[in-house]
Amino acid sequence: MLKDQDRIFTNLYGVHDWGLKGATARGDWDGTKDLLAKGRDWIIDEMKTSGLRGRGGAGFPTGLKWSFMPKESDGRPSYLVVNADEGEPGTCKDRDIMRHDPHKLIEGCLIAGFAMNAVAAYIYIRGEFHHEGNVLEAAIDEAYDKGLIGKNACGSGYDFDVYVHRGAGAYICGEETALIESLEGKKGQPRLKPPFPANVGVWGCPTTVNNVESIAVAPTILRRGGAWFAGLGRENNTGTKIFCISGHVNTPCNVEEEMGIPLKELIEKHAGGVRGGWDNLLAVIPGGSSVPVIPKSVCDTVLMDFDSLREVQSGLGTAGVIVMDKSTDIVKAIARLSAFYKHESCGQCTPCREGTGWMWRVMERLVVGNARVEEIDLLLEVTKQIEGHTICALGDAAAWPIQGLMRHFRPEVEARIANYNQLQAAE
Amino acid sequence: MPTLTIDGQEITVEPGTTVLQACEDVGVEIPRFCYHERLSIAGNCRMCLVEMERAPKPIASCAMPAGDGMVIHTNTESVKKAREGVMEFLLINHPLDCPICDQGGECDLQDQSMAFGRDVSRYDENKRAVADKDMGPLIGTIMTRCIHCTRCIRFTEEVAGVPDMGALYRGENMQITSYLEKVVDSEVSGNVIDLCPVGALTSKPYAFTARSWELSKTESIDVMDAVGSNIRVDARGNAVMRILPRLHDGVNEEWISDKTRFCYDGLKKRRLDRPYVRKGKKLVAASWNEAFTAIQKGLKGIDGKAIAGIAGDLADMESMYAFKDLLAGLGASRVECRADGADIDPSNRAAYLLNGGFEALEDADLVVLVGCNPRNEATLLNVRLRKMVRHQGTRVVNIGNAVDLTYKTDELGDNLRLLGDIADGTHPLAAELRAAKKPVLLVGQGALTRGDGAAVLAAVYAIADGYCQRDGWVGYGMVHAAAARVGGLDLGLTTKGGIDAILDDVEAGKVSAVFNLGADEFDSSALANAFTVYIGTHGDEGVRNADVILPAAAYSEKSGTYINMEGRVQRTARAVFPPGDAREDWKIFRALSEVIGTRLPYDTLEALRAALVKAVPATQTLDAVPSADWKPFGKLGAIKEAGVAPYCDNLYMTNPITRASDILADVVAARFGGADGDAEQSGETGTNG
Repeated sequence: MLKDQDRIFTNLYGVHDWGLKGATARGDWDGTKDLLAKGRDWIIDEMKTSGLRGRGGAGFPTGLKWSFMPKESDGRPSYLVVNADEGEPGTCKDRDIMRHDPHKLIEGCLIAGFAMNAVAAYIYIRGEFHHEGNVLEAAIDEAYDKGLIGKNACGSGYDFDVYVHRGAGAYICGEETALIESLEGKKGQPRLKPPFPANVGVWGCPTTVNNVESIAVAPTILRRGGAWFAGLGRENNTGTKIFCISGHVNTPCNVEEEMGIPLKELIEKHAGGVRGGWDNLLAVIPGGSSVPVIPKSVCDTVLMDFDSLREVQSGLGTAGVIVMDKSTDIVKAIARLSAFYKHESCGQCTPCREGTGWMWRVMERLVVGNARVEEIDLLLEVTKQIEGHTICALGDAAAWPIQGLMRHFRPEVEARIANYNQLQAAE
Repeated sequence: MPTLTIDGQEITVEPGTTVLQACEDVGVEIPRFCYHERLSIAGNCRMCLVEMERAPKPIASCAMPAGDGMVIHTNTESVKKAREGVMEFLLINHPLDCPICDQGGECDLQDQSMAFGRDVSRYDENKRAVADKDMGPLIGTIMTRCIHCTRCIRFTEEVAGVPDMGALYRGENMQITSYLEKVVDSEVSGNVIDLCPVGALTSKPYAFTARSWELSKTESIDVMDAVGSNIRVDARGNAVMRILPRLHDGVNEEWISDKTRFCYDGLKKRRLDRPYVRKGKKLVAASWNEAFTAIQKGLKGIDGKAIAGIAGDLADMESMYAFKDLLAGLGASRVECRADGADIDPSNRAAYLLNGGFEALEDADLVVLVGCNPRNEATLLNVRLRKMVRHQGTRVVNIGNAVDLTYKTDELGDNLRLLGDIADGTHPLAAELRAAKKPVLLVGQGALTRGDGAAVLAAVYAIADGYCQRDGWVGYGMVHAAAARVGGLDLGLTTKGGIDAILDDVEAGKVSAVFNLGADEFDSSALANAFTVYIGTHGDEGVRNADVILPAAAYSEKSGTYINMEGRVQRTARAVFPPGDAREDWKIFRALSEVIGTRLPYDTLEALRAALVKAVPATQTLDAVPSADWKPFGKLGAIKEAGVAPYCDNLYMTNPITRASDILADVVAARFGGADGDAEQSGETGTNG
């Protein structure tokens, strides 16, 4: 269990002052100028040493990502874009960072922006986060007033601006290139890669898109050293992470924990355990709606980090842990996710546009069992036809929950079909 | 230069080539829907997926730049599965109404489903239905068929230059539509019909009139403007059913204007299908013999010097040559081809050609338009100019009417006296022209029909000669609007004082007989005093005061030679026969010459062409851009203070064929408001309509 002195987000629950005064009392904006004085290469090296992997779901090493930005400008400015379009069902970590600890994010923007030679940071915040946006803007104003950002930020001689851009709540705008399109005022549809944003990003300029949490932890990592962060968790899965535990637990919560904490420990220690006891657990979606579900047998032992969850054919994703007890209609739950992906598909590329609707319709019938057994295989084949064939990862995200369901709960689905057909025959 | 391996074959390609293009280079065909080589890459259909070694998932070959050392497989099981998967997705919500679809037989989806489709659908759910959109009188929509490739959106945005199409909603509810379901406000909108890989956007006028496999296809040339677009005329029986573009990178790339595409119904309406002779006030149908006799009678006692000829904008060179010969046999040498009154000197070819041609023009970095509205007068030249502005950042400066050309122009006003200032270097543009790598001056007919054309040309020459000449680069071109004009000038069909002098002489009684070869672009009541013979295709302006009418063949009904504004010699081909008793023009003149004047010395088209080559050697070489000697033109004089009147008021109504076309009349009404159109829409259209 994470020791208190190793916590990064010391105001995660909003019991203290979110403002600049409170933030400086908690250690934010402490020696930022000195950190910047150590130079770009030192910051990026330190981030690499820390082993921080992107907290938005894909888990790409953050230091490496920053190092892709051009060292010298070719005339185009570079930008940092912070992805605060937190829309993954089961996830609400960025929201708490922005409303309770906004200065961590703003300081992170400055440091990350400096490290990649960016002239400004755009925080693309989900439109529904109205209050969070207001808090963030107020915090940015405070930082400007104190000269922490803006011209000669923190007295470092570096000019850096931070802007908040409110989105309109489309899930797809959380995909980095769709976010860039949306930021430019266009329809939020993912771009083709290559070119990658580090080369051609927002307004055609080099851009790095990072998750709120990835940016917000950077100042603390640099102050305490990459080695400290790397010392937490397991190799290749280092540091701390905010887990969002929701569903059938006694005390749903956000909690910062060490990477690699056993799922069972996470739920029992922090979320008051599964409703009706551990044995009442049916399954867990461990990383937000887009990762495959894992049944209780896996949950008993699995560790919460990127590699461990990948080994059990799921993923850490955003670490939005959705707990389902035995009262759950698992087929209906996954069908609901299918409806979500059908609704949120941008419609740009064929497999996702056409496939999500198809999967949802079959899933709806499977909920009542109104299908043939062969259709389960058909459905799986459709998920395979979508997976890996789309422009962005939303196609995969739509396919995986169904694959997870069939991997672990196929007998349940088959039983439903048999039951339905029996009832039909009896009538 | 990256070298990659495609299905075991190594190939080295230019940097920037995509994997799909590299595959085509080694002869591996990649199926695709959204990719189009003249549009930006969308990568959304996912049909072109191929396998790349060391890549975790298949890649979209249309969007992936070829990289050194790439190993591509296009024929593996996983590629096949990926394509079949995409094809299945495209088909689940496609209505499969091929038997009643106009695209049937020439449909990309149909063709590719033969290779990648299943025989039976696995989709048991209800199919999606999408409400059709109203995109105006040209583009018919059956939106349920749409596969969302976005080619139409990219075309209208990138090539046509109007942001009139887009996608609404998202996911499976995504719909392609025109902005507020208004008519697509472009003069090249019809190209989206060709671009649509399925039957979602089809030709509204052509709807349900023919099946593609019933049509006889004739490769021909368009004469609606002086661009000389390459077209294919599709006919069934003796009726032209539709007109499509042909690929020609040098001329029209693969687009044609809406006027070119949809003028075809004008070929069937208001046609002159038998000779007429005026008896009293009325025109009475007659036989060819009666008509010829009437001409013989009408010319009796008229001296050759009192006979004049006017050649119209659609005349082919063979007709004009025979026309000139016929009149020469009568002792008449006064034949005029500049029915618009443009003051062009035919003695200097460089003066009236677009030197270097369209393709070379693309290298220009500074274009100065003088009294020229290419959007109306030479639509596809405008498309090319837009491409230059978009891709190379070419700067376009306009001296003339400020109009929306779909790209940014720097407006210098319409006072042509400015040309003098530029020529003597006092205007800042002179320095810019000198500094430009390849500057070019494009002069339109609007600058030459003000009465001071020779002076304007002299000033233009001074600028072009002083500032625009580079090694191997003649920075000057004339933009014509009439298909016949360059040919007519090459044949020397000009007279002192031009058409105005002829009309004045008619009024003064000095000219008592006029032969009119399809010239309808002037007020023919001026010919009331003369005995007038009209040889043409349509009952248009020219027949109003005609005493004898001889029905001739339209461009779709004969093989005729045309020279476009680049000087490129091209030929039309006969797709259908002329209606009724109408005959090819040169044959009319040959027959008539036996009755009046001297018998023309050619009995076949080949013999006529041989004679034509002697007269105009340029006609020997087909489809090449000639180079003309650069020498002075124009005549120094005072340039008027007056502005430039729009040369072409209504780009859709420029000749008898277009004026007879109901389709084009509908377009005019829909875009600019008209008799039955919505006057609300006539506001800012940017086309002076």
